[in-house]
Amino acid sequence: MNNEIIYSVIAIGIGVLMVIMAVIAILNNKLSVAIVAAGVVSLFASVLFLLMAAPDVAMTEAAIGSGLSTLIFFYVLNKIKRQNA
Amino acid sequence: MLRNFLIALVLASFGFIFYNLYNSYEPHTELTGIAAHYAENGASEVGAANLVTAVVISYRSFDTLGEITILFLTAAIISFFLKLSKEDEEKVIIHRGTSELLKTASQLLVPIMFLFGIYVFLNGHLTPGGGFQGGAIIASAIVLAIMANPNMTINHSVIIWVESLSGVSVVLIGVLGILLGGGFLDTTLDGYGLGEFGTIFSAGTIPVIYSLVGLKVGAELSNILNMYQKSQKEA
Amino acid sequence: MEILELGKIGLLIGFLLVIVGFWGVLQQKNIIKIIVSFTILNTGINLVMVALGYVKGRTAPIIDSSIDGVVDNNVLNAIVDPVPQALVLTAIVIGLGVTSLLLAYAMKLFKAKKSLEINDFNDLKW
Repeated sequence: MNNEIIYSVIAIGIGVLMVIMAVIAILNNKLSVAIVAAGVVSLFASVLFLLMAAPDVAMTEAAIGSGLSTLIFFYVLNKIKRQNA
Repeated sequence: MLRNFLIALVLASFGFIFYNLYNSYEPHTELTGIAAHYAENGASEVGAANLVTAVVISYRSFDTLGEITILFLTAAIISFFLKLSKEDEEKVIIHRGTSELLKTASQLLVPIMFLFGIYVFLNGHLTPGGGFQGGAIIASAIVLAIMANPNMTINHSVIIWVESLSGVSVVLIGVLGILLGGGFLDTTLDGYGLGEFGTIFSAGTIPVIYSLVGLKVGAELSNILNMYQKSQKEA
Repeated sequence: MEILELGKIGLLIGFLLVIVGFWGVLQQKNIIKIIVSFTILNTGINLVMVALGYVKGRTAPIIDSSIDGVVDNNVLNAIVDPVPQALVLTAIVIGLGVTSLLLAYAMKLFKAKKSLEINDFNDLKW
């Protein structure tokens, strides 16, 4: 019984952080901050998947959403900045 | 001004719909319907200890086939879009030089990451993991190698042959399922039954299919990332 | 107020992320910001789907020696629903494919017109 309450409190904390980072990702003016904030949202989502008893989905989201997706965004950002300067 | 008002209207209506959905939601207390069938008979019919793998490869294998097709289409379109002209291909990227930390760490980490990726997709039916996760880990290892040495070229024909052969082999195993088993992409073939539950050679053709899917996804994702890396050379 | 259970918390967070993602897609003017909001939208939808399959007090759908009281590998009373997890597995990979395609198009658009504001691309407007 104690375990359930601890997991629920952790999930609420992670959820509040996730929504705050998502709003930061949209409102900020710099592009690199927005991309990193989206990566952090994906990372917290992976932890939330693990709390909801889905280890396969957590592994996939961490590797693909938080790793490869952020990487591709930064490649595009580098190309655009180099062409702009 | 009108645009902002319309956006607020759309968001408010979505909020209203979600609020009603959230309030009327009663969480389940028992598995019902088809999930109950998978939970009761999954181990005896398919033989995999990881039930999500059993659902992805055996019970809903057509969806996995569709996903493999979509990934292949994505890799083909990106290769077409980001193709460099002949003179850009020959250029050498001149840069400040990557840091010592990255070069040394990548020499140590890349073989370990490869090994870990292969472990994840070989044991997809026993522990959490599988083809898609293992493929993503292998692609991350290749990206680390590319970032430590930006002028390294990956042998294009190796990637193309690995990807094509894996895709064709998955479909051929499926057709073998029609001839020797119960249907397309069945896991128990006539001469190749389910092994002992819980060992690495159990669950019929699932390790074979998932390994091929893992190799294919890894090759495709590293092809996409290689295209993005090479597009930095363009003027 | 009693603590909500994990299924309802996941559902609420997923819905909030969907609304934030939609707001970003509709309101922003920079193309890269629109694509970032699209990935947030994808993450929110996947959270909703996994949260719908959660059954209170049960464990992950892997038949192991750590599940007690299992007779003859029949785990009907001990695991959560495995079907939404299989669907979300596919959805995450396809989300990555769509995002990388969008970014390739954004790169080509920038090369053609040297600008990233979406109001400058009015070739298809009446």
